[in-house]
This record gives sequence, structure tokens and C-alpha cells, in this order.
Amino acid sequence: MTYKANFKVWRGDAEAGDLQDFQVEVNDGEVVLDIIHRLQATQASDLAVRWNCKAGKCGSCSAEINGRPRLLCMTRMSTFTQEETITVTPLRAFPVIRDLVTDVSFNYEKAREIPSFAPPEGVAPGEYRMQQVDVERSQEFRKCIECFLCQNTCHVVRDHEENKESFAGPRYLMRIAELDMHPLDSLDRKRQAQDEHGLGFCNITKCCTEVCPEHIKITDNALIPMKERVVDTKYDPLVWLGNKIRRRS
Amino acid sequence: MFAELTVTELLTDAGGAIAGAFGYWRESGRFVLFRAPAVVLATGGIGKSFKVTSNSWEYTGDGHALALRAGSSLLNMEFVQFHPTGMVWPPSVKGILVTESVRGDGGVLRNSDGKRFMFDYVPDVFRKNYAETEEEADRWYTDPDNNRRPPELLPRDEVARAINSEVKAGRGSEHGGVYLDVSTRLSAAEITRRLPSMHHQFKELADVDITAEPMEVGPTCHYVMGGVQVDPDTAAAENVPGLFAAGEVAGGMHGSNRLGGNSLSDLLVFGRRAGLGAAEYVTSLNGNYPAAEASAVQAASAAALAPFDTEQGENPYTLHQELQQTMNDLVGIIRKESEIREALERLSSLKARASKVSVEGHRQFNPGWHLALDLKNMIAVSECVAKAAVLRQESRGGHTRDDYPQMSSEWRQKNLICRATYDAFGMGEVSVTEQPSPEIRADLLALFERDELAKYLTDAELPAAAEAQA
Repeated sequence: MTYKANFKVWRGDAEAGDLQDFQVEVNDGEVVLDIIHRLQATQASDLAVRWNCKAGKCGSCSAEINGRPRLLCMTRMSTFTQEETITVTPLRAFPVIRDLVTDVSFNYEKAREIPSFAPPEGVAPGEYRMQQVDVERSQEFRKCIECFLCQNTCHVVRDHEENKESFAGPRYLMRIAELDMHPLDSLDRKRQAQDEHGLGFCNITKCCTEVCPEHIKITDNALIPMKERVVDTKYDPLVWLGNKIRRRS
Repeated sequence: MFAELTVTELLTDAGGAIAGAFGYWRESGRFVLFRAPAVVLATGGIGKSFKVTSNSWEYTGDGHALALRAGSSLLNMEFVQFHPTGMVWPPSVKGILVTESVRGDGGVLRNSDGKRFMFDYVPDVFRKNYAETEEEADRWYTDPDNNRRPPELLPRDEVARAINSEVKAGRGSEHGGVYLDVSTRLSAAEITRRLPSMHHQFKELADVDITAEPMEVGPTCHYVMGGVQVDPDTAAAENVPGLFAAGEVAGGMHGSNRLGGNSLSDLLVFGRRAGLGAAEYVTSLNGNYPAAEASAVQAASAAALAPFDTEQGENPYTLHQELQQTMNDLVGIIRKESEIREALERLSSLKARASKVSVEGHRQFNPGWHLALDLKNMIAVSECVAKAAVLRQESRGGHTRDDYPQMSSEWRQKNLICRATYDAFGMGEVSVTEQPSPEIRADLLALFERDELAKYLTDAELPAAAEAQA
């Protein structure tokens, strides 16, 4: 059943921008990305948006719909009433390039700060041996499609630009957890997680979990266990005593 | 790594050897010139020229068109693969792939009568290798040594044609596909364990729980077996020194039809060969790198800016939709001469119109501008596909002719080569000619049984086979 919907889409660039009003056709079974494409084809040929797979797998089409961080290709038009005005805006936590396209390089910088998987000395690819039960712990985190919706939503950086330097964000703290829980990873990532990647900033409000399109339990399964691991060594009185005696900080 | 950058032109020196590439940053629209003695094309396929496709926005045949404009040639562009199982509903996901491994893990195809229709579509040439009864097919998953595989696993073109026939005969699903069912074949736990991505995709987008109900699927344009004509050992492109191609953009590796999974192995093997080939070529230049002419760079820049300079031109999106409809309807799964000729006329008109599109706004991340530039690549490649499709008077693999439904052993010996010439205004004329395909080596022929060879080779070629086996 076809109807005409009211859309407000943010248009502009790094200098200035505003919400532009559109009236646009909607057909049965369509998603918000289909509507954006229709706007491009018929009313605003230079409307900038990132997209690719249309199946919720590539993480390209992240945006905010009625203020809520979502993937454009996975937001069905049937979840809105026909009378509702649908507002589409770019990811708030990242600098705007144009219209709905933002500069997400913050995330790539954070990614580079995390040392990659480090197998034990002398164990070559092909020689890794692990138990299924140990591997399963990290498997959930590998579903991440790097849509950066969690990175965008977490109030630690969404509302505080100044925290960006010291906070890696939920996706990368989860990555650290994934590697720390990996049975063959030989690095100790706990101190780094707390001191360099800002694990302590997380106060487990779970907004990241709420927006994750892959339904990964980021807070419960990655961040909280990671916090527990950090606290385990950081506040262990014997470790503290040992460090004090040997004058290590 | 140059993320979000599109190359619009390859640059060559006066002798026709690669000197570099010209392109633009998608984000800012600013131009960039690469000076390079070798270029490896890995630009993928052409799906965006068709209305229903599994491909995303990048697959506009850029590499194919760049190679044509640089003076190289394309091989057998008529062989386009329509994957049988793309999603059909809802419209937001029409064309998106439902992986073949659903069928490999036990999924079956049924029409609206609930029948496993694929058993009616096993062609003679494959009859020996496929199960004759459902019982035998069901045993294959656990005992492949003593049972033959289910006909759902026939090559993709066979399954796509079968689905097409069933739908045309009125036995299709609600939205014009057929039913792919895994819910009555595996336990819910097995399904979510083996096919988590499919389960998620159908649940979130189509409200279908594949552990409880069948999926609606139908053919979708997925892959092109044809492509840049390359040397199999070095991946060097025909006629243009310094140009290499690997992956879907390169042609010939998969013949008339690609098997599932072979694209990934293709990339690994021929990607490596292309890298080695390019490195060797550059070393052989001994520092004497070809240089692009300044006029070529200026021409590339002017061509890229043309859509902004055109007043009151057409909307590139409209042209794109017309192109997609034309290719889908007239050069799709089942082809016939009159329809392809109509397509060629429409393509010719689209080509002229595409040279006069205009876009609004400016160069910063402007998708309308990007499409206007991609459009000429898509049209050139579509012309190659159509011209080759009308020439090849047989049905083989991905190329099905309603008016020539059999395989022809005479045609097996011919490749179709597409080249283009360009006038001063950049308007191209595409032509396709026959080229004899290399004779099969005697030692390779000796690997086959004679009656298997007789299905494919001409009588004249067979005596050679008899000798080779003697």
C-alpha cells in the first residue's frame, strides 16, 4: 500500500546545515534507506549517504532516525505510522562531512592503538590448538560489523568531545576483551585497558548494547568481565604489596 | 590505502603502455593523479546494470570500461551468472543473496504445489551425477560416496532457469519466486548454528523464521564470468603493457559458468599472480617508466566535470533505472534475438543521453555526480554484453538463448572479444568479434573419458582425443 510520508533530512556540511522537509512516496516492505534512495533519484540528487549491502552486514549506513542511532537499511518503514514525521540525521558524535556522511576516522585511530592478536612464542599458524568452550567466549564479539553505532551512542564521547583522546569506546573495549579472552593471546591487556583505553570511564549504562544491530551483549559479556579482570589484579592486596616492596608503580 | 577514491581513467603513454590513473576523492570531489608504471584492476562485476542484483553500488563495470578505454579487450561478456536464490521479498532486500550453502546443508526447492521440481530439470549432460530419487538425495549429505547429490545442487544456471520456468508456469510463490525450505530438513538448533546469518537476515528484514517456514527466493544477477582478456600466468591484460586484472573483472577463468566458492579461490590464486606479474613487469622496465601526456590528464578532468557544465540535462538516476530495466527484461536469464536487438537500440539511445546528463550541487560527496560518471561505464559494458549475447547462437552456462536452446560444439571453439574505439568527444563505439579459442592440450584431453568429451567436442576434435588416449 503506497502512501506519502513526511521526512526531515539533515543537509549541510562542516560549516552549516539544517533539516530539509520532504514529502515522499513509501511502498509496502520498504526501509528508510529505500526512501533516501528515492529522494536522491527524484528530489535531491546530491543527498550524500553511505550505504552498501542493504542487509545489515557492512555497517556503512549508520545514522540517527528520530534521534535513535540505527542502520538505515534495517529500519523498516512499517515501524512508523503513516502520519509520523521521520527525521534522519547524521551520527552526532562524529564530525559531519556532508549531509548524512560523517568522518568516522576516530574509530580507525582507536583500532590502531590496540595491539593485534599475539600468539605464544614458537607457535606458528596451523599449530594453534584450542578448546571450543574457550573459543566460544570471544565468538559473540566477532559478530561486530563495525557500524560504530555504539561508538556514536556512548555518552562518554557523545556528550564530551574532550574524552575522545582517552576513551576507546565500546567497540574497541570489546575488541580488547575479545583478545584478552582468547585462549592463545599471550599479551596482558588489562593494565592498558584501564590506563590507556579508558575502561574506567564506562559506567555500564548499556546504551551501546541497546543500539547494537547484531544484538551483541557488549556491556554484560565484554565490558563488565573486562572490568572484573582489571579490578582483580589492580586491587589485589598481595599484588599491591609486592609492587610496593619492589618499588614498582 | 586510498579509501573512498574512484578512478575514472587509466592513463597511457604515446605507445599505449600504462603510465598511471586519474580519479577523484568521493568525499571532497577533488581530483588525484597517480603516476604508476603498472595497474592491477580488481574492480569486480557489473551487476548494477541489472534491476535485480545481489551486487552493491560499486559494481558498475568500472574496471571493464577502464580497460576498454585504455585499449584492451573483454572476453566473452555474454556469460553472466544469475544466481538462483536471491531474496524476493520485501522490496528493500530484493536480489540479496541467499547463499548456496543453504542448499548444501539440506535446503530444498519447492514450487507452490509443494513439489521438489528440480528433479524434473536434470539435463542429460549431468544425469549420471545427480540423484534420481528424493531418498537417494537425502542420503547424500551423510554418505556422499555411495549416493549422488540432490538436483538442487545443479550448476547455478540450471537452477535459475528451472525457477524461471516454474514461475512462468504459474507455480511460483506469493511474490514471484519459489520456496527454499530448510525448516523441514534440519532441526531449529542446527539451522541457527549453521546458518546464523541467513536466520538473522530473514528474521529482521522479512519477518520469516527459517526454522519454521520456507524462504521465497528467485534469480538475481550475481556474477560475470566474462571480463578483461588476460594472460593466465601473469594476469597481464591484452594489448596494454602494464595493465593487469584479477578476480571477477578478469575473464576466462570460469568459462561459461562459475561454480560456488570458486570466486574466493580465484581471487587468492590470480590476485597473487597479478601481483607477481605486475612486479616483474615493473622490474623489467629498469626505471624507464612511461609518462602520461598532459593533454590526457586535462581531458580526464574535463570529462569528469562535464555533468556540472551541462545545462538542463537529464537526471542520471532516471537513465540508470531505464538501463537496469532494459538489461533485466531484454538481456536477462532467457535471451532471444529480437529482444537483444531491441536492447541494443535502447542502449544506443541511452549512450547518447548519458553524454548529456547534468547534476546539481557541487563536488563534495555528491552521489548524483558519481552516478553520472559511472553511467557511461555501465552503458559501455552493457553494450558488450548485448552484442556478445546476440552473436553467440547457442546456450551454454550463464548464456541461454530461447532461439538456440542447445549447446553447440562449433560455438565451443569460439571466444567473443569486445573492443571499443573512441572519437574526439569520448563517444565510444563497441564491437564484438569472434576469436578461435585455444585447442585443448592433448594431455588434458587424455584425462577424460571419450563419451564425456563427445558431449562437448566436435567430431573433428574427437579423433585427436582418440589418439591422445591411445
